[in-house]
Amino acid sequence: MLSSSPSAQVFAGATDVVPQIRGGRQAPEVLVDLKKIDELVSLTSDDKKWTVGAATPTVELTENQAFSQEFPGISEAAGLIGSDQIQSRSSLGGNLCNGSPAADSVPAMMVNGTRALIAGPKGNRVVDVSEVVTGPGQTCLDSDEFIVEFEIDRAPSLTGDAYLRMIPRTEMDIAVVGVGARVTLAEDGTIAAAALALGAVAPTVVRVAAAEEALIGTTADEDTLAVVAAAASEACNPIDDKRGTIAYREQVAGVLAKRAVLIAMERAQQRNGDV
Amino acid sequence: MARTHITTVINGDEVDFLAEDSTSLLNALRDEVGLTGVKEGCGTGDCGSCSILLDERVTCSCLVFAPEASGANILTVEGLADAGELHPLQQCFLEGAALQCGICTPGFLIAAKALLDKNPDPTETEIRYALAGNLCRCTGYDKIIRAVQEAAMQMKEQ
Repeated sequence: MLSSSPSAQVFAGATDVVPQIRGGRQAPEVLVDLKKIDELVSLTSDDKKWTVGAATPTVELTENQAFSQEFPGISEAAGLIGSDQIQSRSSLGGNLCNGSPAADSVPAMMVNGTRALIAGPKGNRVVDVSEVVTGPGQTCLDSDEFIVEFEIDRAPSLTGDAYLRMIPRTEMDIAVVGVGARVTLAEDGTIAAAALALGAVAPTVVRVAAAEEALIGTTADEDTLAVVAAAASEACNPIDDKRGTIAYREQVAGVLAKRAVLIAMERAQQRNGDV
Repeated sequence: MARTHITTVINGDEVDFLAEDSTSLLNALRDEVGLTGVKEGCGTGDCGSCSILLDERVTCSCLVFAPEASGANILTVEGLADAGELHPLQQCFLEGAALQCGICTPGFLIAAKALLDKNPDPTETEIRYALAGNLCRCTGYDKIIRAVQEAAMQMKEQ
């Protein structure tokens, strides 16, 4: 169906697609509602992983207690996508494929190593979420492909994640900076693994490898966090607009990176063995 | 364009209507079903004046294509009152003067009902977050928050 019409458009909650059609930014001949496919609106887990349908409403992620306890960062990012009205419809697949650099769920998915299962006429392929978006509004998906579901490996014990974002008002705005962080602690309380991703400060969401390396083997002490903040600011390549200047976004990225790492640390300490 | 036959339950009654596939549920409710309580403010999901409960979840009907409502259970503001008796939220909005021009009111009532269905005893902060997707350009927010608090209290006592 997608192959037969070059302007066919799949949609999940349509919270981005409808405004784009109304604004004249796209005019699809055919609209395909993915929510009618059971796999695309599922939310399940087994011993190895959680599987989240690409069109599953994000409200299900915030309402699902087991998921929220294991991945509070993804849950809080999902809970920041628009209003309650929007969260009844918005989805991880839509948030990712819309290709916005400021998509809240993407840094949170990336630090948890989330993979996307992509279906198309040539068969299925699995792509790391970090490789799906190639630029603002651009993805690696062919026009006849769509994401079926996301796979997130079960979080090991002593692992915690967090997502923080800065917006000029309290609710209902697009991130000026968004930060996802995840840490896994060793038995001695030092950081064994770390991931940090920044949204809204570059054409795509970026991982901050220098900050991740600096955290390994430490307890995220003040000196280490200063390195993390500097690395986060350094990783920014932001736009300058009415919601935030370049200098502001760079500074806030550093501040939020520190805070997100500390929250992830605290959560990791609390999640000891109760996977 | 061919019109699709859509069967739904709206405000407790089975309702069939015809709509073009690209029509929004908002326009179908207004123009095909005659329920004009849903209002179009922005048409892009920002203002909440078209809010409905779609299968018990608060949703902007402007972002829903009419055929998506097939088989769904819908509540609009017209379904809030029970046999002519206003819902406590409606009564408290009225008594508390929680409206000025009234365009946003049906959306606020539906969003407030969605909140109280899930959380019968919300804090002021929880109410403000739950209503963040509804805009009032007459800036009556404080009275709206107080009306929801009052309705929650009355509903608990009942």
